[in-house]
Amino acid sequence: MNHKDMIIGSRVTGGTAEKFETGDWRSVTPVVDMDSCIDCMTCWIYCPDDCILIDKGKMAGIKLSHCKGCGICAKMCPKDAITMKED
Amino acid sequence: MGDLAINGDSAIALAWKQIDPDVCAAYPITPQTIIVERFSDYVNDGDVSTEFVCVESEHSALTVCTASGSAGARTFTATSSQGLAYMWEMLPITSAMRVPLVMAVANRTVSGPINIQNDHGDVMSARDTGWLSIFAENVQEAYDCAIMAPRMAEHPDVQLPILVNLDGFILTHAIERMTPLEDAVVKEFVGEFKPFMPLLDYKNPVSHGLMDGPEFYIEHKYQLVQAMENAVPVIEQVFEDYGKLTGRKYNMVEQYMCDDAEYVAVVLGSAYGTMKAAVDELRAKGIKAGVCMPRVFRPWPAKALAKILDGKKAVAVMDKHLSVGAYGPLYPEVTACLEACKKAPKAYDFVFGLGGKDTRVSELEVVYEKIASGKAKIVNYLGVEE
Repeated sequence: MNHKDMIIGSRVTGGTAEKFETGDWRSVTPVVDMDSCIDCMTCWIYCPDDCILIDKGKMAGIKLSHCKGCGICAKMCPKDAITMKED
Repeated sequence: MGDLAINGDSAIALAWKQIDPDVCAAYPITPQTIIVERFSDYVNDGDVSTEFVCVESEHSALTVCTASGSAGARTFTATSSQGLAYMWEMLPITSAMRVPLVMAVANRTVSGPINIQNDHGDVMSARDTGWLSIFAENVQEAYDCAIMAPRMAEHPDVQLPILVNLDGFILTHAIERMTPLEDAVVKEFVGEFKPFMPLLDYKNPVSHGLMDGPEFYIEHKYQLVQAMENAVPVIEQVFEDYGKLTGRKYNMVEQYMCDDAEYVAVVLGSAYGTMKAAVDELRAKGIKAGVCMPRVFRPWPAKALAKILDGKKAVAVMDKHLSVGAYGPLYPEVTACLEACKKAPKAYDFVFGLGGKDTRVSELEVVYEKIASGKAKIVNYLGVEE
Protein backbone atom coordinates (compact mmCIF):
# COMPACT_ATOMS: atom_id res chain seq x y z
CA MET A 1 0.00 0.00 0.00
CA ASN A 2 1.24 3.51 -0.80
CA HIS A 3 2.10 5.50 2.32
CA LYS A 4 0.37 8.53 0.77
CA ASP A 5 -2.98 6.73 1.03
CA MET A 6 -2.46 5.81 4.69
CA ILE A 7 -3.61 7.94 7.62
CA ILE A 8 -0.72 8.81 9.95
CA GLY A 9 -0.33 7.10 13.31
CA SER A 10 -1.81 3.76 12.18
CA ARG A 11 -5.24 5.40 12.45
CA VAL A 12 -8.33 3.94 10.88
CA THR A 13 -11.79 5.46 10.67
CA GLY A 14 -14.76 3.60 12.16
CA GLY A 15 -16.62 0.66 10.65
CA THR A 16 -13.80 -0.67 8.46
CA ALA A 17 -13.76 -4.10 10.12
CA GLU A 18 -16.87 -4.98 8.09
CA LYS A 19 -14.84 -4.63 4.88
CA PHE A 20 -12.10 -6.90 6.16
CA GLU A 21 -13.58 -10.33 5.45
CA THR A 22 -11.94 -12.55 8.00
CA GLY A 23 -14.11 -15.48 6.94
CA ASP A 24 -11.34 -16.65 4.62
CA TRP A 25 -9.31 -17.68 7.68
CA ARG A 26 -11.86 -20.50 8.19
CA SER A 27 -10.93 -24.17 7.80
CA VAL A 28 -14.16 -25.62 9.23
CA THR A 29 -17.64 -24.32 8.41
CA PRO A 30 -20.81 -24.44 10.54
CA VAL A 31 -23.76 -26.10 8.85
CA VAL A 32 -27.27 -25.73 10.38
CA ASP A 33 -29.94 -28.41 10.34
CA MET A 34 -32.96 -26.10 10.30
CA ASP A 35 -35.31 -28.98 11.16
CA SER A 36 -33.60 -29.51 14.54
CA CYS A 37 -33.26 -25.77 15.31
CA ILE A 38 -35.71 -24.48 17.95
CA ASP A 39 -34.86 -20.75 17.48
CA CYS A 40 -33.56 -20.45 21.04
CA MET A 41 -30.87 -18.07 19.72
CA THR A 42 -28.15 -19.47 21.97
CA CYS A 43 -25.83 -19.46 18.96
CA TRP A 44 -26.58 -15.75 18.39
CA ILE A 45 -25.64 -14.97 21.98
CA TYR A 46 -22.37 -16.87 21.84
CA CYS A 47 -21.09 -16.10 18.31
CA PRO A 48 -18.04 -13.83 18.83
CA ASP A 49 -18.29 -12.45 15.29
CA ASP A 50 -21.97 -11.57 14.91
CA CYS A 51 -22.47 -14.16 12.14
CA ILE A 52 -25.87 -15.56 13.10
CA LEU A 53 -28.63 -14.14 10.89
CA ILE A 54 -32.05 -13.34 12.35
CA ASP A 55 -35.31 -12.96 10.51
CA LYS A 56 -38.39 -11.89 12.49
CA GLY A 57 -36.87 -13.16 15.73
CA LYS A 58 -35.96 -16.54 14.26
CA MET A 59 -32.66 -18.18 13.36
CA ALA A 60 -32.19 -17.59 9.61
CA GLY A 61 -28.79 -19.15 8.92
CA ILE A 62 -25.13 -18.14 9.22
CA LYS A 63 -23.39 -15.34 7.34
CA LEU A 64 -19.95 -16.71 6.54
CA SER A 65 -18.09 -13.53 5.50
CA HIS A 66 -16.67 -13.08 9.04
CA CYS A 67 -17.10 -16.62 10.41
CA LYS A 68 -13.69 -18.01 11.36
CA GLY A 69 -15.06 -21.48 12.11
CA CYS A 70 -14.44 -21.31 15.84
CA GLY A 71 -17.22 -23.83 16.47
CA ILE A 72 -18.64 -22.15 19.57
CA CYS A 73 -22.14 -22.09 18.03
CA ALA A 74 -21.99 -25.85 17.41
CA LYS A 75 -20.66 -26.49 20.93
CA MET A 76 -23.33 -24.40 22.65
CA CYS A 77 -26.38 -25.44 20.55
CA PRO A 78 -28.69 -27.36 22.98
CA LYS A 79 -30.14 -29.40 20.08
CA ASP A 80 -26.86 -30.18 18.29
CA ALA A 81 -28.40 -28.54 15.23
CA ILE A 82 -25.05 -27.10 14.10
CA THR A 83 -22.19 -29.30 12.90
CA MET A 84 -18.73 -28.22 11.81
CA LYS A 85 -17.74 -29.48 8.35
CA GLU A 86 -14.12 -29.51 7.21
CA ASP A 87 -13.56 -27.27 4.14
CA MET B 1 7.15 40.51 34.72
CA GLY B 2 10.70 41.36 35.76
CA ASP B 3 13.76 39.13 35.55
CA LEU B 4 13.87 36.11 37.84
CA ALA B 5 16.61 34.25 39.67
CA ILE B 6 15.49 30.75 38.90
CA ASN B 7 16.79 27.22 38.31
CA GLY B 8 16.20 25.29 35.09
CA ASP B 9 13.56 22.94 36.47
CA SER B 10 11.51 25.80 37.92
CA ALA B 11 11.84 27.65 34.61
CA ILE B 12 10.33 24.66 32.79
CA ALA B 13 7.51 24.47 35.36
CA LEU B 14 6.89 28.21 34.92
CA ALA B 15 6.68 27.81 31.14
CA TRP B 16 4.18 24.97 31.61
CA LYS B 17 2.13 27.06 34.02
CA GLN B 18 1.93 29.80 31.41
CA ILE B 19 0.98 27.31 28.67
CA ASP B 20 -1.55 25.55 30.96
CA PRO B 21 -1.62 22.12 29.28
CA ASP B 22 -4.72 19.91 29.45
CA VAL B 23 -3.00 16.89 31.01
CA CYS B 24 0.24 16.18 32.83
CA ALA B 25 1.24 12.72 34.04
CA ALA B 26 4.71 12.52 35.54
CA TYR B 27 6.72 10.65 38.10
CA PRO B 28 9.44 12.46 40.05
CA ILE B 29 13.09 11.52 39.56
CA THR B 30 16.22 13.47 40.40
CA PRO B 31 17.21 15.87 38.82
CA GLN B 32 13.80 16.40 37.18
CA THR B 33 11.91 16.37 40.51
CA ILE B 34 11.60 20.15 40.87
CA ILE B 35 9.63 20.36 37.61
CA VAL B 36 7.01 17.95 38.92
CA GLU B 37 6.97 19.48 42.40
CA ARG B 38 6.54 23.07 41.19
CA PHE B 39 4.00 22.11 38.57
CA SER B 40 1.93 20.09 41.03
CA ASP B 41 1.98 23.19 43.26
CA TYR B 42 0.47 25.18 40.41
CA VAL B 43 -2.19 22.48 39.94
CA ASN B 44 -2.94 22.41 43.68
CA ASP B 45 -3.17 26.19 43.89
CA GLY B 46 -5.53 26.39 40.91
CA ASP B 47 -3.05 28.38 38.81
CA VAL B 48 -3.63 25.96 35.93
CA SER B 49 -6.58 23.92 34.74
CA THR B 50 -4.38 20.88 34.03
CA GLU B 51 -5.55 17.39 34.94
CA PHE B 52 -2.54 16.08 36.87
CA VAL B 53 -2.33 12.30 36.94
CA CYS B 54 -0.24 10.83 39.76
CA VAL B 55 1.15 7.62 38.35
CA GLU B 56 3.16 4.83 39.96
CA SER B 57 5.96 4.74 37.39
CA GLU B 58 7.41 6.40 34.32
CA HIS B 59 6.11 3.61 32.12
CA SER B 60 2.61 4.49 33.28
CA ALA B 61 3.36 8.23 32.97
CA LEU B 62 4.14 7.98 29.29
CA THR B 63 1.30 5.53 28.69
CA VAL B 64 -1.18 7.97 30.26
CA CYS B 65 0.33 10.83 28.26
CA THR B 66 0.22 8.94 24.96
CA ALA B 67 -3.40 8.00 25.57
CA SER B 68 -4.45 11.50 26.61
CA GLY B 69 -2.65 12.96 23.61
CA SER B 70 -4.53 10.52 21.37
CA ALA B 71 -7.76 11.57 23.05
CA GLY B 72 -7.04 15.14 21.96
CA ALA B 73 -5.48 16.76 25.04
CA ARG B 74 -2.35 18.91 25.03
CA THR B 75 -0.12 16.77 27.23
CA PHE B 76 3.21 17.36 28.96
CA THR B 77 5.54 15.16 31.00
CA ALA B 78 9.09 15.18 32.29
CA THR B 79 11.66 12.60 33.29
CA SER B 80 15.34 11.74 33.52
CA SER B 81 17.79 8.86 33.29
CA GLN B 82 16.30 5.59 34.59
CA GLY B 83 12.87 7.16 34.21
CA LEU B 84 13.42 7.67 30.49
CA ALA B 85 14.85 4.16 30.31
CA TYR B 86 11.70 2.84 32.00
CA MET B 87 9.61 4.76 29.44
CA TRP B 88 11.63 3.37 26.55
CA GLU B 89 9.09 0.75 25.54
CA MET B 90 6.50 3.49 25.02
CA LEU B 91 8.80 6.01 23.29
CA PRO B 92 8.56 4.61 19.74
CA ILE B 93 4.85 3.87 20.28
CA THR B 94 4.15 7.52 21.14
CA SER B 95 5.88 8.71 17.98
CA ALA B 96 4.34 5.99 15.81
CA MET B 97 0.91 7.03 17.11
CA ARG B 98 1.86 10.59 16.15
CA VAL B 99 1.02 12.06 19.55
CA PRO B 100 2.65 15.50 19.72
CA LEU B 101 3.31 15.55 23.46
CA VAL B 102 6.09 17.51 25.13
CA MET B 103 8.61 15.86 27.46
CA ALA B 104 11.32 17.70 29.37
CA VAL B 105 14.38 15.55 30.02
CA ALA B 106 16.71 16.55 32.85
CA ASN B 107 19.71 14.84 31.30
CA ARG B 108 21.35 12.39 33.67
CA THR B 109 23.51 9.37 33.06
CA VAL B 110 21.98 5.91 33.02
CA SER B 111 23.35 3.61 35.71
CA GLY B 112 25.59 1.70 36.17
CA PRO B 113 27.75 2.16 37.93
CA ILE B 114 25.03 3.88 39.95
CA ASN B 115 25.35 7.60 39.39
CA ILE B 116 22.85 10.44 39.31
CA GLN B 117 24.97 13.14 37.69
CA ASN B 118 24.76 14.70 34.26
CA ASP B 119 25.59 13.27 30.88
CA HIS B 120 23.54 12.49 27.78
CA GLY B 121 23.26 8.74 28.28
CA ASP B 122 19.51 8.92 28.78
CA VAL B 123 18.48 10.93 25.75
CA MET B 124 21.06 9.37 23.42
CA SER B 125 19.66 5.94 24.21
CA ALA B 126 16.31 7.32 23.01
CA ARG B 127 17.65 8.86 19.81
CA ASP B 128 16.18 6.25 17.44
CA THR B 129 12.63 6.42 18.79
CA GLY B 130 11.16 9.03 16.41
CA TRP B 131 10.96 11.98 18.81
CA LEU B 132 12.00 15.51 17.97
CA SER B 133 14.83 16.53 20.28
CA ILE B 134 16.15 19.99 21.18
CA PHE B 135 18.89 21.09 23.60
CA ALA B 136 19.32 24.09 25.89
CA GLU B 137 22.61 25.69 26.90
CA ASN B 138 21.35 27.64 29.92
CA VAL B 139 18.23 28.27 32.01
CA GLN B 140 16.89 30.97 29.70
CA GLU B 141 17.14 28.59 26.76
CA ALA B 142 15.47 25.79 28.72
CA TYR B 143 12.52 28.14 29.36
CA ASP B 144 12.47 29.32 25.74
CA CYS B 145 12.65 25.75 24.40
CA ALA B 146 9.77 24.71 26.66
CA ILE B 147 7.63 27.47 25.16
CA MET B 148 8.65 26.79 21.57
CA ALA B 149 8.34 23.00 21.82
CA PRO B 150 4.53 22.58 21.56
CA ARG B 151 4.41 24.57 18.32
CA MET B 152 7.09 22.37 16.78
CA ALA B 153 5.45 19.14 17.88
CA GLU B 154 1.81 20.05 17.17
CA HIS B 155 2.25 21.56 13.70
CA PRO B 156 -0.04 19.71 11.23
CA ASP B 157 2.95 18.83 9.02
CA VAL B 158 4.90 17.37 11.97
CA GLN B 159 2.74 15.80 14.72
CA LEU B 160 5.61 14.16 16.55
CA PRO B 161 6.45 14.12 20.26
CA ILE B 162 9.35 16.30 21.38
CA LEU B 163 12.13 16.02 23.97
CA VAL B 164 13.32 19.25 25.58
CA ASN B 165 16.77 18.54 27.02
CA LEU B 166 18.40 20.41 29.85
CA ASP B 167 21.56 19.20 31.60
CA GLY B 168 20.87 17.67 35.00
CA PHE B 169 22.04 19.78 37.98
CA ILE B 170 24.14 22.08 35.73
CA LEU B 171 20.88 23.62 34.48
CA THR B 172 18.13 21.95 36.48
CA HIS B 173 19.44 23.03 39.88
CA ALA B 174 21.72 26.01 39.18
CA ILE B 175 20.02 29.37 39.70
CA GLU B 176 20.51 31.81 36.84
CA ARG B 177 19.02 35.11 35.83
CA MET B 178 16.17 34.66 33.38
CA THR B 179 13.76 36.92 31.52
CA PRO B 180 10.28 35.36 31.43
CA LEU B 181 7.46 36.35 29.11
CA GLU B 182 4.05 37.60 30.23
CA ASP B 183 1.42 34.85 30.59
CA ALA B 184 -0.76 36.28 27.84
CA VAL B 185 2.21 36.52 25.46
CA VAL B 186 3.04 32.84 26.02
CA LYS B 187 -0.61 31.83 25.54
CA GLU B 188 -0.82 33.71 22.27
CA PHE B 189 2.51 32.38 20.99
CA VAL B 190 1.74 28.75 21.77
CA GLY B 191 -1.85 28.99 20.54
CA GLU B 192 -4.64 26.45 20.74
CA PHE B 193 -3.98 22.73 20.32
CA LYS B 194 -5.85 21.39 17.32
CA PRO B 195 -5.54 17.59 17.54
CA PHE B 196 -5.71 15.54 14.34
CA MET B 197 -8.51 12.92 14.33
CA PRO B 198 -8.67 12.70 18.16
CA LEU B 199 -10.22 9.66 19.82
CA LEU B 200 -12.76 11.78 21.72
CA ASP B 201 -14.28 13.21 18.53
CA TYR B 202 -17.14 10.75 18.91
CA LYS B 203 -18.97 12.06 15.83
CA ASN B 204 -16.05 10.85 13.72
CA PRO B 205 -15.08 7.50 15.22
CA VAL B 206 -11.45 6.46 14.75
CA SER B 207 -9.02 3.86 16.06
CA HIS B 208 -5.41 4.83 16.85
CA GLY B 209 -2.21 2.78 16.81
CA LEU B 210 -3.50 -0.35 15.12
CA MET B 211 -1.31 -3.33 14.41
CA ASP B 212 0.69 -3.09 11.18
CA GLY B 213 1.54 -6.13 9.11
CA PRO B 214 4.66 -6.07 6.94
CA GLU B 215 2.63 -4.40 4.18
CA PHE B 216 2.08 -1.28 6.31
CA TYR B 217 4.91 -1.12 8.86
CA ILE B 218 7.72 0.45 6.83
CA GLU B 219 5.22 2.78 5.15
CA HIS B 220 4.22 4.19 8.54
CA LYS B 221 7.91 4.52 9.46
CA TYR B 222 8.46 6.37 6.19
CA GLN B 223 5.70 8.77 7.22
CA LEU B 224 7.78 9.49 10.35
CA VAL B 225 10.79 10.24 8.13
CA GLN B 226 8.68 12.70 6.16
CA ALA B 227 7.39 14.29 9.36
CA MET B 228 10.99 14.78 10.53
CA GLU B 229 11.84 16.39 7.18
CA ASN B 230 8.77 18.59 7.43
CA ALA B 231 9.89 19.59 10.93
CA VAL B 232 12.94 21.49 9.63
CA PRO B 233 11.08 24.45 8.06
CA VAL B 234 8.51 24.34 10.89
CA ILE B 235 11.21 24.61 13.57
CA GLU B 236 12.98 27.37 11.62
CA GLN B 237 9.70 29.30 11.48
CA VAL B 238 9.13 28.85 15.23
CA PHE B 239 12.67 30.16 15.87
CA GLU B 240 11.95 33.11 13.56
CA ASP B 241 8.67 33.98 15.30
CA TYR B 242 10.15 33.55 18.78
CA GLY B 243 13.11 35.72 17.78
CA LYS B 244 10.76 38.51 16.68
CA LEU B 245 8.80 38.18 19.92
CA THR B 246 11.70 38.08 22.37
CA GLY B 247 14.85 39.20 20.56
CA ARG B 248 16.31 35.75 21.24
CA LYS B 249 16.72 34.12 17.83
CA TYR B 250 17.66 30.46 17.82
CA ASN B 251 19.04 28.35 14.97
CA MET B 252 19.13 24.71 13.89
CA VAL B 253 22.85 24.86 14.68
CA GLU B 254 24.18 27.62 16.94
CA GLN B 255 27.69 28.79 16.20
CA TYR B 256 30.34 30.83 17.96
CA MET B 257 33.39 32.22 16.12
CA CYS B 258 33.02 29.58 13.41
CA ASP B 259 33.19 31.81 10.30
CA ASP B 260 36.98 32.17 10.17
CA ALA B 261 37.80 29.25 12.49
CA GLU B 262 40.27 26.54 11.51
CA TYR B 263 39.36 24.21 14.39
CA VAL B 264 35.75 23.71 15.38
CA ALA B 265 34.12 21.68 18.13
CA VAL B 266 30.58 20.26 17.98
CA VAL B 267 28.90 20.00 21.38
CA LEU B 268 25.40 19.66 22.88
CA GLY B 269 23.91 21.33 25.93
CA SER B 270 25.47 23.36 28.71
CA ALA B 271 29.06 22.52 27.73
CA TYR B 272 28.55 24.84 24.75
CA GLY B 273 28.98 27.74 27.18
CA THR B 274 32.17 26.26 28.66
CA MET B 275 33.55 25.75 25.16
CA LYS B 276 32.80 29.33 24.21
CA ALA B 277 35.02 30.37 27.14
CA ALA B 278 37.74 28.02 25.85
CA VAL B 279 37.40 29.55 22.37
CA ASP B 280 37.87 33.04 23.85
CA GLU B 281 41.05 31.91 25.64
CA LEU B 282 42.42 30.28 22.47
CA ARG B 283 41.57 33.27 20.29
CA ALA B 284 43.55 35.45 22.71
CA LYS B 285 46.51 33.15 22.01
CA GLY B 286 45.99 33.48 18.25
CA ILE B 287 44.46 30.03 17.68
CA LYS B 288 41.51 30.20 15.32
CA ALA B 289 39.02 28.14 17.33
CA GLY B 290 35.24 28.00 17.05
CA VAL B 291 32.40 25.94 18.50
CA CYS B 292 28.93 25.02 17.34
CA MET B 293 25.94 23.38 18.97
CA PRO B 294 23.16 21.57 17.15
CA ARG B 295 20.19 23.21 18.90
CA VAL B 296 18.09 20.56 17.21
CA PHE B 297 19.34 16.98 17.51
CA ARG B 298 16.31 15.38 15.81
CA PRO B 299 15.75 16.12 13.01
CA TRP B 300 19.55 15.96 12.69
CA PRO B 301 20.63 19.21 11.00
CA ALA B 302 23.14 17.53 8.65
CA LYS B 303 23.06 20.21 5.96
CA ALA B 304 23.47 23.17 8.31
CA LEU B 305 26.29 21.41 10.15
CA ALA B 306 28.12 20.42 6.94
CA LYS B 307 27.95 24.04 5.80
CA ILE B 308 29.63 25.22 9.01
CA LEU B 309 32.32 22.51 9.02
CA ASP B 310 33.18 22.61 5.29
CA GLY B 311 36.80 23.62 4.72
CA LYS B 312 37.83 23.58 8.40
CA LYS B 313 41.16 21.94 9.27
CA ALA B 314 39.86 19.69 12.05
CA VAL B 315 36.72 19.02 14.07
CA ALA B 316 36.38 17.84 17.66
CA VAL B 317 33.11 16.02 18.31
CA MET B 318 32.26 16.30 22.00
CA ASP B 319 30.32 13.27 23.19
CA LYS B 320 28.63 13.17 26.59
CA HIS B 321 27.73 9.54 26.09
CA LEU B 322 29.52 6.45 24.88
CA SER B 323 28.44 3.54 22.75
CA VAL B 324 30.85 1.12 24.38
CA GLY B 325 32.76 -0.74 21.70
CA ALA B 326 32.31 1.99 19.09
CA TYR B 327 32.28 5.81 19.44
CA GLY B 328 30.28 8.44 21.21
CA PRO B 329 26.88 8.67 19.49
CA LEU B 330 27.47 12.16 18.08
CA TYR B 331 30.69 11.21 16.26
CA PRO B 332 29.23 8.97 13.51
CA GLU B 333 26.41 11.47 12.96
CA VAL B 334 28.87 14.33 12.46
CA THR B 335 31.28 12.33 10.28
CA ALA B 336 28.37 11.10 8.12
CA CYS B 337 27.27 14.66 7.40
CA LEU B 338 30.84 15.61 6.40
CA GLU B 339 30.18 13.64 3.19
CA ALA B 340 28.34 16.73 1.98
CA CYS B 341 31.44 18.96 2.43
CA LYS B 342 33.55 20.01 -0.54
CA LYS B 343 36.62 19.83 1.68
CA ALA B 344 35.82 17.66 4.67
CA PRO B 345 37.84 18.28 7.84
CA LYS B 346 39.47 15.49 9.84
CA ALA B 347 37.14 14.62 12.70
CA TYR B 348 38.04 13.37 16.17
CA ASP B 349 35.81 12.10 18.94
CA PHE B 350 36.16 13.31 22.54
CA VAL B 351 34.13 11.46 25.14
CA PHE B 352 33.80 13.75 28.16
CA GLY B 353 31.80 14.60 31.25
CA LEU B 354 30.37 11.10 31.80
CA GLY B 355 28.57 10.63 35.10
CA GLY B 356 28.99 14.34 35.84
CA LYS B 357 32.79 14.45 35.50
CA ASP B 358 33.67 18.11 35.70
CA THR B 359 35.14 19.51 32.50
CA ARG B 360 37.09 22.73 32.85
CA VAL B 361 37.84 25.43 30.32
CA SER B 362 41.53 24.51 30.42
CA GLU B 363 40.76 20.88 29.52
CA LEU B 364 38.67 22.00 26.57
CA GLU B 365 41.52 24.21 25.37
CA VAL B 366 43.67 21.07 25.29
CA VAL B 367 41.07 19.45 23.00
CA TYR B 368 41.69 22.16 20.39
CA GLU B 369 45.45 21.97 20.86
CA LYS B 370 45.34 18.19 20.35
CA ILE B 371 43.34 18.33 17.11
CA ALA B 372 45.47 21.23 15.83
CA SER B 373 48.73 19.35 16.49
CA GLY B 374 47.40 16.06 15.14
CA LYS B 375 48.12 14.40 18.50
CA ALA B 376 44.52 13.37 19.07
CA LYS B 377 43.44 9.79 18.55
CA ILE B 378 40.23 9.04 16.66
CA VAL B 379 38.44 8.45 19.99
CA ASN B 380 39.73 10.24 23.09
CA TYR B 381 38.50 9.99 26.67
CA LEU B 382 38.84 13.36 28.39
CA GLY B 383 40.28 13.21 31.89
CA VAL B 384 41.15 9.51 31.65
CA GLU B 385 44.79 8.53 31.82
CA GLU B 386 45.09 6.04 28.97
